[in-house]
Parts: sequence; structure tokens; C-alpha cells
Amino acid sequence: MTETSIPAPRRGVPLWAQIIIWVFLAGLLVIVALGLRRAQQGTVQPGQVIEDFTLPLYSSYEFEGKNEVHLKDLRGKVVVINFWASWCKPCEQEAADLQQAWTEYEPTGEVVFLGVDYVDTEPEARVYLKKFGITYANGPDLATRISQYFRTKGVPETYFVDKDGVLNYVQIGPFKSVEEIRAQIDPLLK
Amino acid sequence: MYCPVCESTPLDVCPTEACRQWRDLIRTMLTEGKSEEEIKQYFVLQYGARVLDEPPNRLLTYLVPAVAILLGALMLLRGFQMWMKPSITEADEEPKGKPDQDPYIAKLEEELKKQK
Repeated sequence: MTETSIPAPRRGVPLWAQIIIWVFLAGLLVIVALGLRRAQQGTVQPGQVIEDFTLPLYSSYEFEGKNEVHLKDLRGKVVVINFWASWCKPCEQEAADLQQAWTEYEPTGEVVFLGVDYVDTEPEARVYLKKFGITYANGPDLATRISQYFRTKGVPETYFVDKDGVLNYVQIGPFKSVEEIRAQIDPLLK
Repeated sequence: MYCPVCESTPLDVCPTEACRQWRDLIRTMLTEGKSEEEIKQYFVLQYGARVLDEPPNRLLTYLVPAVAILLGALMLLRGFQMWMKPSITEADEEPKGKPDQDPYIAKLEEELKKQK
């Protein structure tokens, strides 16, 4: 039998176009997968080193006389980061307990409390801070950068960072007592 | 603008306390003589661009979809051109042979004849 070549039909999308289409679809799938993964991840998890961030501070709520605080400058101290808002009713349940804990730990110089005010307006935030007699450093979460990094699901949420900058515990929702706050801080001071 | 707390809820109809505060703040800023653009800029700086009902007017915001659409249209056009070409050629070639005979069957028959 002699071999004769039957011309192959020239239908179809050219190879370069197929490659572009598949790369585009694969890219789209990766973006969707990353989005889903991020949505299911929840907040940052204990054991993770917390990246540096800058919190601008409200006047009268400065930290050591400075109007902003950098997390990296707080290495060697236990840092309690509390996300709150004046419109958040559950935040009010823990506000007095947080302030009490702060007055207990402030003289040691080993613990720093940071209040991160989430999507709030300053006049209402000040009324809230005054109402609960809060004195520790507080400032707005500008453009929600800090809460986006922590992947907060709402307010209140509190993050306990140890002296090495590693996240140790996450409290979702309000504390019910000052003992609950002490129970998280004391082990980090040993 | 949109509510910062509830997703996809316009600020003017959202019943949350956060939105009530924002509406009050906007009212205060308007009475202070701030323009719409200044108020929007303040809110973007404070709460991020996601509070706007339209994305900020950046070149990339419009350039990327435009390029993607153009690229897609070109690919479709090229694809259609490629799909159309062979059928036109076949139609042109058909009258030369037997009108009802497939060229592949003709080749096959030719091969069989050679074998005999």
C-alpha cells in the first residue's frame, strides 16, 4: 500500500490563541481560588509573626508622646491590639475591663495596649473613649489597612502579640471579665 | 457611597449606627462648605476606596478592562476567520469533482483501486 497524505482539515483556533486563552483562564481560576482561600482563612492565626504597621493616634491618646506608633518599635513588649468602634454595642461590654487591665499592666512597662478604631468617625470615637475613661493609645484604622492585614471579621476583636512579635491568641467578640484578659497576658510575661 | 460595615448597602438607606454617623459627618462637612470631591477624598483617605460607588478614576482601572475586551474581540475575530476559511475553500472546490462525493471517500476508493 502506498502512503498518500490526506490533507488535514485546517479548522480551529491557532495555537498562539489557544495558549493565550488557556493562560487567561488559568489566571482567572488562580485569582478566584486565592480569593476563596482568603475568605475561608479567617483571621491571622496564632504562631504567625505579625508584620509591622503604623497606627496614627488621636490627640490625647498618644504613645510616649508620639502621635503614631510602629509595631516594630514595640518588640520586647507584649502588645494587646483591640479593634473597636463607637457604633459597636458589644465593644462597650469590654471597654471598662480593657481599661482596668491597662491600668494594672501599665506600671510594669512590659505591656502595651493599642486601640484600633475601625471605620469610625472621630467625634463619636472621642465620646466613646471619654465615656469609658480609656487612656491607652488609640487611633483610627486608616483606609482599613490594619484590619485588612489581620483579616478581622468584625468588632470587637483582640490580638495578643508576644515579646518576639508572634501572635499568641485571638479573642473574637468581647471579653466577659478582666480575668479573661489577664489569663492571656500573664503567660506571655513569664 | 456605600456602608462600610454591610456589604453592597448604599450609605443613604443603611440603618446601621455607623452609617448614621457617616451621614451626620457628611452633613457637617457640607455645612462647612466642603465640596463633594473633598468629602469623597476624605472618606477614601479614612476608610479606603471601597466605600465609593465607583472605583477611583485611575488609568489602570479603565485600561485593564479595555485591553482585555480588545484582546478578546481580536481573538474571537481571528478564530471566526480561521473557522470560516476551510468551509469556503471546500465549497469552491466541490464542483470540480462529483458533487455528492466526499474528498476523503474519493481518496479511500482510489487507494482500494490501487490495491486491486
